[in-house]
Amino acid sequence: MKAAGQALLIAIVLVAVAAPFLAPNSPDRQFDAYLFAPPTRVRVDSGGAYFYPMRIVSRLERRFEEMRDRPVRLQWFRGHLLSSADDQPPLLLLGADSYGRDIFSRLLYGSRASLGLAVLATLAAMLFGAAIGGVAGFAGGTVDEALSRFSDFVLVLPAIYVVLALRAVMPLVLPPAEVFALLVGIFALVGWPVVARGVRGIIASEREREYVTAGRALGAGPVRLLAVHLLPATRGYLATQATLLLPAFILAEATLSYVGLGFPDTVPTWGTMLHDASNVSLVAEAPWMLAPAAAIFLVVLAVNLLVQGSGRSPVQLEP
Amino acid sequence: MARFLLRRLLFALLLVVTVSSSALLLTRLAPGDVTTELGPRARPEEIARTRERFDLNRSPVAQLGGWALRAVRFDFGDSFLYNRPVGGLIRRAAGNTAVLAVAALAIATLAGIPLGIVTGSRRGALAGTIRTVSLVCLSIPPLLTSLLLLFIASRTGWLPTGGMTSVEAVDAGWSAWMLDVARHLPLPALALALPLAATFERLQSQAMTETIHQPFVVAALARGVTWRQLLLDHAWRVSLRSMCAIYGLAIGALLSGSFVVEYVTAWPGLGRLMYEALRARDIYLVAGCAAMGGVFLAFGSLVSDLLLFAADPRVREGQTA
Repeated sequence: MKAAGQALLIAIVLVAVAAPFLAPNSPDRQFDAYLFAPPTRVRVDSGGAYFYPMRIVSRLERRFEEMRDRPVRLQWFRGHLLSSADDQPPLLLLGADSYGRDIFSRLLYGSRASLGLAVLATLAAMLFGAAIGGVAGFAGGTVDEALSRFSDFVLVLPAIYVVLALRAVMPLVLPPAEVFALLVGIFALVGWPVVARGVRGIIASEREREYVTAGRALGAGPVRLLAVHLLPATRGYLATQATLLLPAFILAEATLSYVGLGFPDTVPTWGTMLHDASNVSLVAEAPWMLAPAAAIFLVVLAVNLLVQGSGRSPVQLEP
Repeated sequence: MARFLLRRLLFALLLVVTVSSSALLLTRLAPGDVTTELGPRARPEEIARTRERFDLNRSPVAQLGGWALRAVRFDFGDSFLYNRPVGGLIRRAAGNTAVLAVAALAIATLAGIPLGIVTGSRRGALAGTIRTVSLVCLSIPPLLTSLLLLFIASRTGWLPTGGMTSVEAVDAGWSAWMLDVARHLPLPALALALPLAATFERLQSQAMTETIHQPFVVAALARGVTWRQLLLDHAWRVSLRSMCAIYGLAIGALLSGSFVVEYVTAWPGLGRLMYEALRARDIYLVAGCAAMGGVFLAFGSLVSDLLLFAADPRVREGQTA
């Protein structure tokens, strides 16, 4: 189970890295003749892969049919792994959205923003959490008391409301790069207390061990003791926390973008794509718009497999 | 017991006060204020009147102080968006959220705990299947469950897609209104309950497995207690202890989850109201929502503590915390 989770996570990361190569189309290109087009079925014969392009039959009902008389050959390794020639109809593996953009390509490009944001925020939260928790556990006394009380307090609050409130009090319309930086900051701010509390506990008990006394006797200063000898003891704990924070942050981005407080609609992320899918009656006829939900599910599933497989408790009550 | 309750009440008070006043200050210090809601063509005197009405001309600290003084007398100020006192709005929304959360908690408990007892104490195909389903449900957070259920509902027409009441039900009688709400409730409640039920199942399963490996189980078996009786009468009660601790956290999860579910399924609850208020910088409505959220949280942790108290004789006798 653990291996399956690991393999799935690695595969997802690889897909995100190789997005420009794997995606058949540009994520922003609008194919005007293909608004809400259903997914293309790829067929294979002796001459290689091909598909029948779609033609709209009824604009009102958004009904498409395949043009059986005009098969389009697919090319391998022409800038993309698999695509149709530029002057040919596009290959829409997961259909098109309301602007006629290729959902599959947007999904791949979106994974870069969604995963990148979550990874950076996780790293930042771990860094703050380890530093603050380390100091609290090592110093003890009032510093410890104050830091622990504070992080306990933040932990009680439902994280999504804190994120929502912090995001909503910032200017609502920002360029994508600033949104990215802002969200990393907010997520790290909300995420660190979880890490700090665990790190504090580990450091506080490790502090009493003989090797620390020995180190101190040999003249190691507090900074060296903490950074070189004590913090490595929290490695296992940090790894678990990272696997729990990552999907939580992916979801937080999706939630924020879904409610319109995340990235602007033009930037492909899993959240903005779900936002495009927020019209119930449209989605009922174009279920492929829910593809980003499947992507989020896969990431969370991978993490759950990983965590369950290593026998750790799945306490992950926050989204 | 009295001292314990007093401490919890003090904590609750502190939580509500901190949360609501930081929400108020955050909203006040945020760029832009409620007057942008008046539109770009609002007359200057109208803007001035609105600023006056929401105390935006006073310093943030003075505003907070004034609000707190009035809040003690249960006057929580006016909402700009709804042009009504905040108190009534919050009461209504909180009621709706509570209905949703209690329904979800009931579903999650009734499904999760029995299934967890099964998977924690048995092996075989049935337990394996439950475990797999639960792992899948655990991986579909409320945002996705609500989208998915909405999709299914709109495809099949089994359940209404979103909202709490239909338009026709507003003028119908009281019983018709209740029926209508009951028809709208299952979708958001399920969306909220599925991931929670999976969490309960996993945790109960773990607690159960740990419990049946304890010495007292062998001792009971040796004295001739049947396996079934042992599970239901003894092992389950011991494993409940760790579940009680989870219940307090579950309230936080329900509040978090309910925001998304309320937003997606248009359930007129506290989360939705808070979102609207934050966007419009409707300052007193934000503070009121935050205060109510704090009350919910404090209530949750109190319930969890009391459950722990009831389930664990050691806590009751004050030996361990």
